[in-house]
Amino acid sequence: MSSSSPVEFRVPPVDAVALETRAADLGTRSLKKQAKVQGLELAIAMMDLTTLEGMDSPGKVRQLCAKARRPFAARPELPSCAAVCVYPDLVEVAVQALRGSGVQVASVATGFPAGRTDRATKLREVQLAVGDGATEIDMVIDRGAFLAGRYGQVYDEICAVKQACGEAHLKVILETGELKTYDNIRRACRIALLAGADFLKTSTGKVTPASTPPVVLLLLEAARDHFLETGRMVGVKAAGGIRTAKDALKYLVLVAETCGDAWLSPHWFRFGASSLLNDVLMQLEKERTGRYQRPSDFSAD
Amino acid sequence: MAKTDKSENKAAARELAFGGVWQYAPSIEGTDHFTIQARHELFVGGEWVKPKTGEYLPTINPATESVLSEVAMAGAKDVDRAVAAAQQAFVGWRRLPAEQRARYVFRIARILLERAREFACLETLDNGKPIKETRDVDVPLAAQHFFHHAGWADKLDLLFPGQHPEPLGVIGQVIPWNFPLLMAAWKLAPALAAGNTVVLKPAESSPLTALRLAEVFQQAELPPGVVNIVTGDGRTGAALVRHPGLAKVAFTGSTEVGKEIQRAVAGRSVELTLELGGKAAHLVFEDAALDQAVEGVVRGIFFNQGHVCCAGSRLIVQESVHDLFVDKLRRRMQRIRVGDPMDKNTDMGAIHSAAQLARIVELVQSGVDEGAELFQPRCELPAKGFWFAPTMFTGVGQTHRICREEIFGPVLSVSTFRTPEEAVEKANNTSYGLSAGIWTDKGARILWLASRMKAGVVWNNTFNRFDAASPFGGFKESGFGREGGRQGMRAYVRLKGALSPG
Repeated sequence: MSSSSPVEFRVPPVDAVALETRAADLGTRSLKKQAKVQGLELAIAMMDLTTLEGMDSPGKVRQLCAKARRPFAARPELPSCAAVCVYPDLVEVAVQALRGSGVQVASVATGFPAGRTDRATKLREVQLAVGDGATEIDMVIDRGAFLAGRYGQVYDEICAVKQACGEAHLKVILETGELKTYDNIRRACRIALLAGADFLKTSTGKVTPASTPPVVLLLLEAARDHFLETGRMVGVKAAGGIRTAKDALKYLVLVAETCGDAWLSPHWFRFGASSLLNDVLMQLEKERTGRYQRPSDFSAD
Repeated sequence: MAKTDKSENKAAARELAFGGVWQYAPSIEGTDHFTIQARHELFVGGEWVKPKTGEYLPTINPATESVLSEVAMAGAKDVDRAVAAAQQAFVGWRRLPAEQRARYVFRIARILLERAREFACLETLDNGKPIKETRDVDVPLAAQHFFHHAGWADKLDLLFPGQHPEPLGVIGQVIPWNFPLLMAAWKLAPALAAGNTVVLKPAESSPLTALRLAEVFQQAELPPGVVNIVTGDGRTGAALVRHPGLAKVAFTGSTEVGKEIQRAVAGRSVELTLELGGKAAHLVFEDAALDQAVEGVVRGIFFNQGHVCCAGSRLIVQESVHDLFVDKLRRRMQRIRVGDPMDKNTDMGAIHSAAQLARIVELVQSGVDEGAELFQPRCELPAKGFWFAPTMFTGVGQTHRICREEIFGPVLSVSTFRTPEEAVEKANNTSYGLSAGIWTDKGARILWLASRMKAGVVWNNTFNRFDAASPFGGFKESGFGREGGRQGMRAYVRLKGALSPG
């Protein structure tokens, strides 16, 4: 695997004030009635239900899978979630629980969340997860190498992981909360895009700040520009810190008005979240019945 | 997963599509929280008085062409009466302890914010601009001007140390239709803070928010006659600026009328500030943050339908990024939502009047005739009301009318430059000089350019940003005098150099 020339990682500058202004401006879109219902149902279909805790167990994962298949028993017509996201050792459990459902199994890998281990171990982890049936791999980039300016190393590693993924889709977690500047984030997008990422993903969820609207706007612009430049579509996943239906709709507005219709699909945009689903369900029930239900009316998984 | 989608998309043309999958439902701002009376009188000496002319003029909603109300047509005698009321009020108002004047101005700001929703709705109905703008820009900014200037009222000695600032007297203020409430606030706030009294003449096609401001003055218990509001057409304005009782005239509007006013006050002991037209340039360099520059250019020309004196109507972009930048602009323009101004998702509302629409149409036709290339995104315009799609001309030369004349509409003209020197030369190659925008990532270049721009306001990597603390005003045919900040206060005081001790 040869290093790409640093020249290729050159990116346009990002103006922080204007980027944040644009994201805030799109955040004022007012979504009512049918637009709200449609957006929220789409948000469910785009959700990667996630559990990434030391205390995760087969039982917990099975329950989460049941929720991903059918998010709300009272409304079987609602879509399933896009995927369940777990640690590699629980991939097998999730694969079994989701068989025949169309819900994908995503696994974090490459020494998630810090990524501080050697490359052979990272690749081995990817192979294990894929071998157990994961169809999507969420890798973390080497932020240490990135911040030290060793972009070629970051690029090479993504290429290697991509190869190890085989047929599985590769989501590249940039951990934007550690890259700090929008210029860094834009460059990390460029590296991941050139290395063959299928998705650009904001965060592990273990670092604050995680996903923010300006960061996701920036990722969407990178995906859009890559498509216009090469014809290859790449997805974007907003992960971490997204808890309310209102937030989810704001992100969908960013997608709709930056990348447009083609990206308004679970194939090209995802939410990585653990507690978002119930708020979305509660808002949908409110739109349907005109009343807010108790939180305990929705399953706790 | 997603394999079929992918290959299909690869085969498809590399273009983006918008608005076909997820449409925003209408989200119309309610109007049941306030009423508009069928007829408005003149506000003179703290009371509503009938015009001596007996005439009334209708004011319409530009988005529907329906009549909202009718307002009094003030004649010379009505102006006389208003100036007399202001003169009478001046005696007490100037002697009021400054900190008490500050309280009144502060109270006006607070009440305005309390009634923000009502003012935003009324402004949108009477003017045609989107509710998003009146809600997020016009009304908050108007309140900020009162808040800011309330603070200066008792600190004038600090602003002008040793120069004994005094109020001028009665100020005649004539304001335009593009920011009816905001321009009233820009003019009234410093005048009142400095201890002057005012006769304000709103534009005939958008008088309602200024008249409602009179209700705020009453609510704030502002002494009668401190602010008087005379509505009417050009004749009212002409009578006001010629009135011998005025100490100063402040005007915002067209360069043509500004010149007339300047002639009218010539030879009299009357101070004058003019804030007139513009033909601002955006200079976009190849190293700029282009996606953000696109946002700035869009904000610069399509904000308020381009009815902005400082609108960035000339985009001058470095030749090396011209095609890329224009492509980005085209895509962005497709997403501008034009329509019902009361819909919270509308980005661009109605053109303010039939006359203004006719002027825009005429100038756009001249652009086509003179050989520039026209681009307008596909958008459905409502059948009733006055509408014009966002418009961009490429291949524009410095000689084209669309590059020289103020269009005061949503029309951008694009040309190119090769070197920074050429950029400066083209930017300054206009009879106007109100504002300019610089888009580059290089700090040193920003400074180099800003010092060479012949414009009163230079925005760096942003555009159409306003603040009560920041002076606003023009060079050349864009007028003289500043509004906002310390410089703005200077226009409403008389300074004395030497006084005997004690």
